[in-house]
Amino acid sequence: MSKVDNSRRNFIGAGAAAAAGLVIAPGVTLLDMANARPAGEAASSAKRWGMLIDSTKCATGCDDCVSACGKENGLTSTGHPQTDSQWIRKIELKEIRTGKSHSLPMLCQHCAEPPCVDVCPTGASFKRADGIVLVDRHICIGCRYCMMACPYKARSFVHEEHHDQNPDVPRGKGCVEACTLCVHRIDKDQLPACVEACAAGNHGAMMFGDLNDPNSEISKRIATYATTQVRADLALNTGIRYQGI
Amino acid sequence: MSDSPNKSFTGKAAGFGKLLSRGWAVLLAATFLTVALPVAAHDDEGGAKAGQAKHIDAKGDKCVRDVAYMRRNHMELLKHQRDETVHKGIRTTQYSLKNCIGCHANEKTNSVIGSTDGKDNFCQGCHNKMAVKLDCFECHSSKPKAVSGDAMHPLVAPSAQPDGKDKQSGLSGKLPHEGTPTFYALAGVKDRMRWQMQAKLAGLNIGEGVK
Repeated sequence: MSKVDNSRRNFIGAGAAAAAGLVIAPGVTLLDMANARPAGEAASSAKRWGMLIDSTKCATGCDDCVSACGKENGLTSTGHPQTDSQWIRKIELKEIRTGKSHSLPMLCQHCAEPPCVDVCPTGASFKRADGIVLVDRHICIGCRYCMMACPYKARSFVHEEHHDQNPDVPRGKGCVEACTLCVHRIDKDQLPACVEACAAGNHGAMMFGDLNDPNSEISKRIATYATTQVRADLALNTGIRYQGI
Repeated sequence: MSDSPNKSFTGKAAGFGKLLSRGWAVLLAATFLTVALPVAAHDDEGGAKAGQAKHIDAKGDKCVRDVAYMRRNHMELLKHQRDETVHKGIRTTQYSLKNCIGCHANEKTNSVIGSTDGKDNFCQGCHNKMAVKLDCFECHSSKPKAVSGDAMHPLVAPSAQPDGKDKQSGLSGKLPHEGTPTFYALAGVKDRMRWQMQAKLAGLNIGEGVK
């Protein structure tokens, strides 16, 4: 059985469960809502959300995850691509000697020991109990210290005014922002938009789940296969793990 | 209050005393009413200044708290809720800004700011009048969730959207897949989300298989 997370997804029939690994697409997550954390309950440290990205399945040139992120979070182009926000981006890694290249998405790594939180002078950068690293825009003063502290270049500053945001994803000029792991979706027991798009595109390169639950599919995979934390030397204990790099 | 002095009287005197005390009671009550009522009435207005709009743009007939309370304290409720939501992930709907906007958005312009037919919309109208800066909407959307194809997740086929005009509830317009088991499973889901989820589900059904 390859259920993603038994506690959350045990409604899936056996047939679907065999397929469930990465394929939980929107409809399934809907049915799953009955098992979601109640709206009035705070996120708890019993869970730690994480992602496993298999770069061997991530095709060069594919940007399904990037465009899904943009759509979901309203990251519209301002006409100045150099300063546009980038919550997730595709990067190419090339082994110089063999010429073998890997493509992979890079996003906020949702560190257990996030440097951005360490340096934030106002407390706007914070880590939620379930491991999601966020910016409280009500408190952020836009100093961009966190952007300098982040080893992954995962954060962006919003330079221009925005209108018609997704009501679930408020964002505006003057704050730093980054991947929220689609926290508004997670709270509804849905998958992050990038993971959903990757599954819908039949790529299966991204898996989302609870790193604290030894029975979750992501934990099993991490226990079985060699996975990598980017810049593991920094000992940040990232929530995003990579396979095949 | 009116009974206690009676006990010292007896016989006729007691009867007179009763009458007297009743008179006092009436007088006291009258005094109370003349003094207290205007205050109460003023409170009902929520301390509304002269000329403040009486008409409230709202789709529902009742706010989450009474109008007077909301006029004075909505910002406290919102501030409390925002911290709960952002930091703890508590997404109860009673005091959520999204729900305020959903209810108070002007039906024509679908917004709580700006103006419609020369009259300021709900939030902006009052804030302008009171000269209080309104900066929620520098980040927050002033409109309830849009139905346009642009705002949709790429997985959602535009054709899967219901053609209803009610952007709030999606109750008008037939839901795709109505009558399927999924529809019933969604019965408890908030109306506003229903059509959207249905649309996404439709996207799923034509979606690819499994890896």
